Amino acid sequence: MAASSRRNPPPLPGAENQDPLSEMADEDSDEGEDIFVGNSNPVAEAFQPDTANGEEPADLFSEAETSTAANSYITNSKSNGVHSDNENDLFAEVSVELSMENPSTTAKSSGAEFTPSLTLSATQPESMEQLEEEKDEDSFDMEVAVTNPEKIGDGMNAYMAYKVSTRTTLPMFRNRTFSVWRRFSDFLGLYEKLSVKHSLNGCIIPPPPEKSVVGMTKVKVGKDDSSSADFVERRRAALERYLQRVVCHPSLLQDPDVREFLERDELPRAVGTHTLSGAGFLKMINRASDAVSKMTIKISDSDAWFDNKLQEVESEELQLRKLHAVVDSLVNHRKELCGNTAVFAKSMAMLGNSEDNTALSRALSQLAEVEDKMETLHQEQAASDFFILAELLADYIRLLGAVRGCFEQRMKTWQRWQEAQSTLQKKREVEAKLLWANKPDKLQQAKEEITEWEGKVTQYERDFDRISVTVRKEFLRFEKEKSNDFKSQIVKYLESLLQSQQRHVKFWEAFLPEAKAIA
Amino acid sequence: MEGEPSPRSGAGFHQGSFPLAVNVDLQTDATLQVDISDALSERDKVKFTVHTKSTLPNFKQNEFSVVRQHEEFIWLHDSFVENEEYAGYIIPPAPPRPDFDASREKLQKLGEGEGSMTKEEFTKMKQELEAEYLAIFKKTVAMHEVFLCRVAAHPVLRKDMNFHVFLEYNQDLSVRGKNKREKMEDFFKNVVKSADGVLVAGVKDVDDFFEHEKTFLLEYHNRVKDASSKSDRMIRSHKNAADDINRIASTLYTLGTQDSTDVCKFFLKVSELFEKTRKIEARVAADEDLKLADLLKYYLRESQAAKDLLYRRGRALVDYENANKALDKARAKNKDVLQAETSQQVCCQKFEKISESAKQELIDFKTRRVAAFRKNLVELAELELKHAKGNLQLLQSCVGVLKGDT
Repeated sequence: MAASSRRNPPPLPGAENQDPLSEMADEDSDEGEDIFVGNSNPVAEAFQPDTANGEEPADLFSEAETSTAANSYITNSKSNGVHSDNENDLFAEVSVELSMENPSTTAKSSGAEFTPSLTLSATQPESMEQLEEEKDEDSFDMEVAVTNPEKIGDGMNAYMAYKVSTRTTLPMFRNRTFSVWRRFSDFLGLYEKLSVKHSLNGCIIPPPPEKSVVGMTKVKVGKDDSSSADFVERRRAALERYLQRVVCHPSLLQDPDVREFLERDELPRAVGTHTLSGAGFLKMINRASDAVSKMTIKISDSDAWFDNKLQEVESEELQLRKLHAVVDSLVNHRKELCGNTAVFAKSMAMLGNSEDNTALSRALSQLAEVEDKMETLHQEQAASDFFILAELLADYIRLLGAVRGCFEQRMKTWQRWQEAQSTLQKKREVEAKLLWANKPDKLQQAKEEITEWEGKVTQYERDFDRISVTVRKEFLRFEKEKSNDFKSQIVKYLESLLQSQQRHVKFWEAFLPEAKAIA
Repeated sequence: MEGEPSPRSGAGFHQGSFPLAVNVDLQTDATLQVDISDALSERDKVKFTVHTKSTLPNFKQNEFSVVRQHEEFIWLHDSFVENEEYAGYIIPPAPPRPDFDASREKLQKLGEGEGSMTKEEFTKMKQELEAEYLAIFKKTVAMHEVFLCRVAAHPVLRKDMNFHVFLEYNQDLSVRGKNKREKMEDFFKNVVKSADGVLVAGVKDVDDFFEHEKTFLLEYHNRVKDASSKSDRMIRSHKNAADDINRIASTLYTLGTQDSTDVCKFFLKVSELFEKTRKIEARVAADEDLKLADLLKYYLRESQAAKDLLYRRGRALVDYENANKALDKARAKNKDVLQAETSQQVCCQKFEKISESAKQELIDFKTRRVAAFRKNLVELAELELKHAKGNLQLLQSCVGVLKGDT
């Protein structure tokens, strides 16, 4: 889920931490959206404790208390994804300094070279909506945002720095709100670390956005056009969704690396993320060998669930790729339409100028203006197509890849177990032979080896069972997240279409009397 | 001046109910009513059934029909152009050749690519291409009809003998298309004519009205040409976007049918929505094509015809001035004076005749143009509004349903 997640803090007895942020049992997702859409509270109002809902927090926590352990994320407590009006504002104004304690510092953070566009503010609301719809277990109080891309340095050594802001009530963090500056390779580094640690457990680790040598070079070189602005914005949004997914994941959130990433002021430069480095090459080789081994493993699984799900994932990925290609085509055609409309508008204006009947001339000029406005609409629509729809699809194509990786991990674990079993078998055969041949000293060694391998077999079997359980759990969680994500993003997209049509209507309504006035 | 387009009737695969988009001031004159009541599209050509109702005495019957092809229309148009008597009139522009090549090509490509798409996709695309083909067909019929109606409405042209033959002679006019040599001749004639046109245009006219018209028409014609091509491109982009939405709808449908989970039902609903909005978008593009692009194209051709009229007048003026000079020279030399006098008189008459009718024609042209633009722009705005509102409603209801579900 690409949203900042809200989770019930692990049961705090008496629930005295009345964090005004965390409590309004709001089961109805619609409400949340309404609140969100109609929002205009200034940021400074953020932390008024919501005394009106005194009762409800208690309910919330009583439910939370039934959850077992701090880490347990299997509980089915309902009332989550709630927040007060105020919180929406927090993340609605992306450019605002996130330390809510000082309303005075709400001015835009310094040096922001990139002014938030329509899409920037649009992505934030989405995180709130996600919140509303999550009827899921965990609802820790945690929100992250990636903002204010800034170009640091010059020439080919330049890079973009992003401000990562966190707001949380989780006790494991030092402060309630804090922000740090990170660069793209830091995000990649985080992914590498998490990958190494958790992928063996069968966790689905959200993949970061892709590197882009071309895009980055343009930015470095300082090409100041809309395409590099687009690129930066796209990357910023993608990084934000990436982080949100990471903190959404209950076990990843506990990882100290994640904490460090969010909190620590200076991160050591992540090496091994550069494409052309030694580590990069090593990764490529590993990936290749994985691909080969993947083709040869086939689990004779008594549990057909995994097979089915893997097939589903694969076919879904295929469909999403197709869809993504079509949406891309749509974006391009809309951009084309945009350009052609602008050109046509100018041409119409010229025609209006040369027309000598005054009323008709005026009408033609008006038509030219309407077409101009259409052009703006088309442009916004194309941006919406892209940033909402295309990016959603791209994200999920990558995520499905990660899910497949998960399944593959499980297969590897199975293979390891099977291999251990066959080794054990061989050792037993050796022992049998030795018994026959009656060589006592070698026998001893053989027996030791057998014990060792028996241990390993048990271990690996346990590993396999454990990873199966984890993968299953992760997959279900992923499916839920995906379902919510798609629904909310598509609804958002449709709403943008809706708004566009409304303006359409307005423009043509304004033109009609002009056309009728021709005499 | 502004009349209603004549009522249509018809059945089957013809354009009967296709309203005249570009011309409004056609008198519903009972003495001569012409329309195209049916049309048949065969592999290479289109056969138009020209239907006439007339109370004029020179026709054998009061109502009759003949079948004509595109070349015969062109023959008729050319005969007007070449007739000196009509030099002072704006000759209604000839209808463009029916061009189904692009559509046919697309249908062929679709047939070839049949294997690579699902059955639903294929049927859908086929339906669309067929609809496109039908739309082009309707348009070409309308263009041919407009031409005939303009001729029938013109007080002088309607009496033309060739026109009557065209309407009545119920056998093949054996008008063959121009062969290569004739086409080359035409080409050279055009080159000469445009060179001449430049020369003639350079001559300043005494008459302010015509001088103004000349400059006006030149600029207007160029700008209409520009606007016409730009509008075509814009509409094509629009169609492309609508096609994409179609494909999105299909893919969403496939995604939606893979399972019966919540999200799959969601996909199905969205797919349905996109299907409907796509239809509306395609209609928007088609209406823009009809009301805007066709209008511009038509006035491109008419303004060219008006320019041609001015050229002919200019030519006549130059001839007249030359004849004057020749007369003066002849008088001075006192040689062939009578010949020069008659020639000068002829030129003078010709020039004055043209000037007189040309003035009226140009004024009529302006009135017609304003009326046509008004009608089309109003209809365009109304249609755009209707579609935008339709789209809006669809979106609103769908979003309502989707939000209610989640």
